[in-house]
Amino acid sequence: MRDDVRASLGRPNPDLELGGGVGRQTDTRLSLPTRVKGHDTIVSFSKSRMNKLHHTLLFLAALLAVFWEAAFGGIRNVLGAQVSLLPALMVYAAMSTGLVTLALLALLSGLLFDSLSANPLGVSVLPLFAVGVMIHARRDLLLREQVFAQVVLGFLASALAPALAVLLLLTLGESPLLGWGSLWQWLVMSAGGAAATPLLFILFGWLNRVLGYQPVMETSFRPDREIRRGRS
Amino acid sequence: MLRRPHYIAVGLMALLTLLVLNLPGRTTARLKLAIGSLFLPLFGLASGAKELAGHAGDVVMPRGELLRLNESLRRENEQLRIQIQQAEGIERENARLRQLVGWQRQTRWNLRLARVVLRDPANWWRTVQIDLGSLNGVSNNLPVLTAEGHLVGRVASTSLTRSQVVLLGDPNCRVAARVLNEAGDTGIISAGGLFDGSMVLMNHLSRNANVKPGQRVVTSGLGGTFPKDILVGQIADARPVEYGLYTEALVKLAANPGALEEVWVLFP
Repeated sequence: MRDDVRASLGRPNPDLELGGGVGRQTDTRLSLPTRVKGHDTIVSFSKSRMNKLHHTLLFLAALLAVFWEAAFGGIRNVLGAQVSLLPALMVYAAMSTGLVTLALLALLSGLLFDSLSANPLGVSVLPLFAVGVMIHARRDLLLREQVFAQVVLGFLASALAPALAVLLLLTLGESPLLGWGSLWQWLVMSAGGAAATPLLFILFGWLNRVLGYQPVMETSFRPDREIRRGRS
Repeated sequence: MLRRPHYIAVGLMALLTLLVLNLPGRTTARLKLAIGSLFLPLFGLASGAKELAGHAGDVVMPRGELLRLNESLRRENEQLRIQIQQAEGIERENARLRQLVGWQRQTRWNLRLARVVLRDPANWWRTVQIDLGSLNGVSNNLPVLTAEGHLVGRVASTSLTRSQVVLLGDPNCRVAARVLNEAGDTGIISAGGLFDGSMVLMNHLSRNANVKPGQRVVTSGLGGTFPKDILVGQIADARPVEYGLYTEALVKLAANPGALEEVWVLFP
């Protein structure tokens, strides 16, 4: 038996503990009673691999989002402000992963963002995590499948994260470029984040379907309920 | 409602952030360099894609267009050769006169071309990253110019292969400047507006400054960071501020910071 499989057996998954997981479909599948011997091992193994894949995709998305923001300035040239995809990513992560993954994602994406920016290193971490935690704490009450809910959450997260970052910068004694035009930039960032959030949900849903394991469908056939016709 | 794990996580993250923010400057710079190196494969991919697009453009370029461009460049080259010969004559004369008067001889500009690879992802800073670093001899505070020789900004920090350039209009880029009028009024170029990146403010002009729209603004050489007489832009508007104690001017930059692709780094 592989070490990671052995390790995954009998060990509580932090994501599941906090009501998380890759998706509801997978959790439901895991909670079904199993009748096949060794099925638990297979499910744990697939669950572990799914989580790893999901987390890798999230971290990769953070890297690509920061690079896109820095390398492609089309929106900035047209609207005068660059849209940040990181708050939208935090919304998705808060709705679909556990607290540990959320913290790691905030740390990684914040540090990546600051490494390409003139921000002091670490400034973006706390605002992103604060946004993620607020959503994570209330996610039982949020309708994650609804596009409207995703848009509203994306808008609020994309408005709150830069505001907190600027507040932190001012607290640290930095002098960022602020003025009345910042309100327009704030609006563009919020609207951009609102538009990006459902797209991220769709993208990750598709990636999970394509790259992950398909859920095992329970058959409706039961031999004990079979109607036998004819004389025995 | 936040539960206990949330409070613990927020507390830990706040502690970690405070720790990172309070690291010494050199350590932070090294950390930034290390984290930024994660983007190196993406730089390669992006530049590869650009080159591929360029090659594709070359393939579809008509031969007639290429011949026309070639002819135009040949003529421009001939004109530039003549201008260089004239400039060399003037330079020799200038050097002779300087020797007669006893002035120190001016050193030539030592320029190196760099490509703009990234822009600041945050909307509240105006910086770009160029593909020259400390391996190429770039150090902090070197002036950066456009291809036309207009001032763009200065190098703020360097890594091995990349440097961060803080652009004119950023709060951290202040330039001692002089208006090309009879009085030679001096002031300081500071941050500009958020919407129009090509407009900056010129502060600390005297109350009697005779500043008018259309007058050109160049670096004054005061402060030591920027050499004298590099074109910054031209006056767009001027008004008295602080109850008439000073004059403030709006300067339209000669360089367009939003369209920078290649820049010159000016070495001493």
